[in-house]
Amino acid sequence: MTDLTKFTIAEARGKLAAKEFSAAELADAYLAAIDAANPRINAYVEVTHDKARAMAKASDARIAAGNAGALEGIPLGIKDLFATEGVHTQAASHVLDRFRPRYESTVTANLWADGAVMLGKLNMDEFAMGSSNETSYYGPVVNPWRAAGSNRDLVPGGSSGGSAASVAAWLAAGATATDTGGSIRQPAAFTATVGIKPTYGRCSRWGIVAFASSLDQAGPIARDVRDAAIMLKSMASVDARDTTSVDRPVPDYEAAVGQSMKGRKIGIPREYRVDGMPAEIERLWRQGIAWMKDAGAEIVDISLPHTKYALPAYYIVAPAEASSNLARYDGVRYGLRVPGKDIVEMYENSRAAGFGREVKRRVMIGTYVLSAGYYDAYYVKAQKVRTLIKKDFEDAFAAGVDAILTPATPSAAFGVADQDMAADPVKMYLNDIFTVTVNMAGLPGIAVPAGLDGNGLPLGLQLIGRPFDEEMLFRAGAVIEKAAGRFAPQKWW
Amino acid sequence: MSVDLATVKRVARLARIAVDEEDAQRMVGELNAILGFVAQLDEVDVSGVEPMTSVIPMEMKKRRDVVTDGGKAADIVANAPATQENFFLVPKVVE
Repeated sequence: MTDLTKFTIAEARGKLAAKEFSAAELADAYLAAIDAANPRINAYVEVTHDKARAMAKASDARIAAGNAGALEGIPLGIKDLFATEGVHTQAASHVLDRFRPRYESTVTANLWADGAVMLGKLNMDEFAMGSSNETSYYGPVVNPWRAAGSNRDLVPGGSSGGSAASVAAWLAAGATATDTGGSIRQPAAFTATVGIKPTYGRCSRWGIVAFASSLDQAGPIARDVRDAAIMLKSMASVDARDTTSVDRPVPDYEAAVGQSMKGRKIGIPREYRVDGMPAEIERLWRQGIAWMKDAGAEIVDISLPHTKYALPAYYIVAPAEASSNLARYDGVRYGLRVPGKDIVEMYENSRAAGFGREVKRRVMIGTYVLSAGYYDAYYVKAQKVRTLIKKDFEDAFAAGVDAILTPATPSAAFGVADQDMAADPVKMYLNDIFTVTVNMAGLPGIAVPAGLDGNGLPLGLQLIGRPFDEEMLFRAGAVIEKAAGRFAPQKWW
Repeated sequence: MSVDLATVKRVARLARIAVDEEDAQRMVGELNAILGFVAQLDEVDVSGVEPMTSVIPMEMKKRRDVVTDGGKAADIVANAPATQENFFLVPKVVE
């Protein structure tokens, strides 16, 4: 029998329209796959069986009536950061214990309006703070990929680890994700999936649990470039409820897939050649450059001189915004409450019990850098550095560069409970070294699988675009995908 | 700049997070590692540079000053740990 979970969104869309199978059958195939795999992969924190079946049934009725939407009957996983009405929404944190919102995020509402089916809520790093999905209250997600000849559990990356693992392990046709410093692109690179962080302001942040408001953006993780384009078209919108939502029509991203790169300029930033970068990543990057040349693009060397300061500036700006955003978890309005002798002790006990170690660490850093006497030295300084980082990119684009090609991550997936990472928080933060600049500048970035390392683990390349030129990223990403081929893990779970 | 044990305890108090002696000791090391990392920014000359306020140049959207929402008290308290008649219940704060 055909395994319905192996189809891409584009393939399933065609077969649903041709009535080769029903949306109900497709949803059931995914639910069965999740029930069998989730005890091992831990990608889902809640599976919404009944809702998925009801939504699929409604999709079948719309398909029969000739009213199918752009994602009609497509089963998706939703990162636990998105508010979903009446359904588990905890940002994988204990502090939001039993929270079931009475409203729906704009991004998920857009997906349901286009006919998509919700399979459940996906595991993630707590409040999207992490690069390995190990900070989740619900435990780590396990990467469906393993090194050749090894049965050691690897991380899927983070914070959208459940999103990436579910898509790679055929437990969702596509998934929503969010990216504050690399949380879409790094897990995509670790699992051979495609992840795009669109331009800041492209997807509404309304109803997404806030981490760092000036950096957070939603985007899809999908099996291929075309599916990512299809999903982003539905997720993106102009939303009056998000004051940073940008008033621009959403283009037909799918139309960009397969368009020529002839005569386009691809910038190669010399500052991304970092010390200690594995030779395999360097080789992959050179391979990507060769593919772009073969596709008719012109390669130009560029300089982004403030690259090395992006990560330190991020670790001031993001914790500062987080400490402010997370002030709302006080044990009064929703979530966990731990009693104390007075109201202040109740706040302190609730937050101590509700937040995990990494979240506390970042709230503490944020509180410190915003405290009296330090605001100018840390926060204002970091925001000035951010201006310089953005200007680096503006100069490159002003010189005619259409997109910038870089590695996506400094390594392949590492082991669950890696000793070095656990001992030094800064070592974990370095995972985002190639991705974080993009958030600091508000630009779009896509990670596309480009090859396997010597251990058979996926590696990705990143493309960075001009503001609101996601189409160029889909166009260039499709070139890499076509040249590199497709990668899928060996099923062991 | 670096933090000592007293500063960590003060910051934890500001952040409203209860910490015991062991947590606070551990955090001194962790926070200093992060502050040491971000100290790289001292190398950057930012004289004459404006701090970023909006990553995409745009004017803040404004809407008409009219009532567009409301009447949802039951929804608002629905997830609260303790309520009474659409009020949030908290420990006594006024003597």
